[in-house]
Amino acid sequence: MINTITILPGLDKAGGKENYRHLTLTAGETVSIVGPTGSGKTALISDIELLAQGDSSTRRRILINGKIPSDEIRYNPAMKPIAMITQNTKCFTDLSTMEFLKIHARARKIIDEKVIIETIDLANKFTGEKIDRETRVTVLSGGQTRSLLIADAILIGAAPIILLDEIENAGIFKQEVIDIIKNTSKIIIFVTHDPVIALLSKKRIIMENGAVKKVLSQNEFETKAAANLLELDKQVGFIREKLRAGDEITKDLIKVNFA
Amino acid sequence: MKLLVIAGPPSAGKTSLTKQIVRRFKDEMTIAFLKIDVVKAYEDIELGREFKILTKKIYSGDLCPDHAGVMVLGDAVEWAESKHADLFVVESAGLCLRCSPYLNQGLGIIVLSSISGIHAPEKMGAMVSLADIAVVTKIDLVSQAEREVLIQKIKDVHPNLILIETNALQGTSLHRLYELIKQSEEIDSDKLYLKGNPPIGTCTICVGKKEIGWKHHFGVIKKLDGQIAEYLYRGE
Repeated sequence: MINTITILPGLDKAGGKENYRHLTLTAGETVSIVGPTGSGKTALISDIELLAQGDSSTRRRILINGKIPSDEIRYNPAMKPIAMITQNTKCFTDLSTMEFLKIHARARKIIDEKVIIETIDLANKFTGEKIDRETRVTVLSGGQTRSLLIADAILIGAAPIILLDEIENAGIFKQEVIDIIKNTSKIIIFVTHDPVIALLSKKRIIMENGAVKKVLSQNEFETKAAANLLELDKQVGFIREKLRAGDEITKDLIKVNFA
Repeated sequence: MKLLVIAGPPSAGKTSLTKQIVRRFKDEMTIAFLKIDVVKAYEDIELGREFKILTKKIYSGDLCPDHAGVMVLGDAVEWAESKHADLFVVESAGLCLRCSPYLNQGLGIIVLSSISGIHAPEKMGAMVSLADIAVVTKIDLVSQAEREVLIQKIKDVHPNLILIETNALQGTSLHRLYELIKQSEEIDSDKLYLKGNPPIGTCTICVGKKEIGWKHHFGVIKKLDGQIAEYLYRGE
């Protein structure tokens, strides 16, 4: 059972020591990592994903439940408590979606094959373009690949810690993704430039120059701001889907939806 | 002296990995490096210039490169020992995939790129199945799920292989590899043998092996029932 992960300080880009003693995240917590590009956001979640022990470029160390994880946990995919969705929107593996998930389930020591269909079904909730089980993963679009990998992380990776690197970038229904994963007892970490995701997270880690600059907790105004932004976001989403479908924005449409 | 034999297809990241290993150990060990390649190689110059270590290279030219490796390794080990090397790193080119350059002592490392394709581990035969350690490189280019699928495929070929995932350019997560190198035993240069079977020139009966039964032979073999051809190569 994983209750906490702890990040111990490493070095910033100039080689100086990071200015915090330790950073502990608890099960059920959602956390956003924010900061300009190149500030070290992806490096931070890579450290978590690899359970770095001073052997990454940042020299950070990661503890699980306060202890150094065993080699078995670090290196055996079946034991790995972490699933990460990277910014990659391309698969190189020349397999059908079905075969890909089957082998991944085997790597994660899941015997029940029901999970494969469930994963494809879940992925199809996140994307407007349907993924067929026979489609080769090499030809999936960016949005489809993201959706599939997120569904895979939730159901096949089924890990207590989920890391999501800029999920807002790939034409998926991010609200659906957030709804499904936020009410779990997992530790969810978003790397994001999206204000809605950042404001909805309980904690925000702010990165600068390769280092953790500060950690903020969500305040009550931010919860309200998030609710407002979410409403706005739905409207933007509504128009986006209309445009994608080739519709025109008419006076009536505006009246009904934006009155 | 410790021995590392590094193999893998071109552009998998063998030299990047070698550089990380050299960077890690250069201050505590004398390192010698040999590159075996067919036509052209620059690794010896690069490593010599960057880390001031002892380097050598050979080109196999028209000779089968693994054959060339077997021929020169004796002298090369002698050379490294004469220079008082503590660690001898041999980097072989990814060659015809029939053989593997690993020896019965030291560590055999296969370097595979995350983007090399899902069937690569099976196609590479003895280079994967006789290795002690597989280092999967370029992990920053693919998703975690995809890496785990590739690792599963490697494990299908060789269940006991020690797997290490890295971004070799940055040297992430190589701590375990360094520990394995540190713990690896000193070699006895009088007792170095190829780990795998060399390819057939003649069959094992021709060279005088007397054991009865196809399981004891390789080359042109035949079972009581069944085709000859499907046993021509039994793999390792």
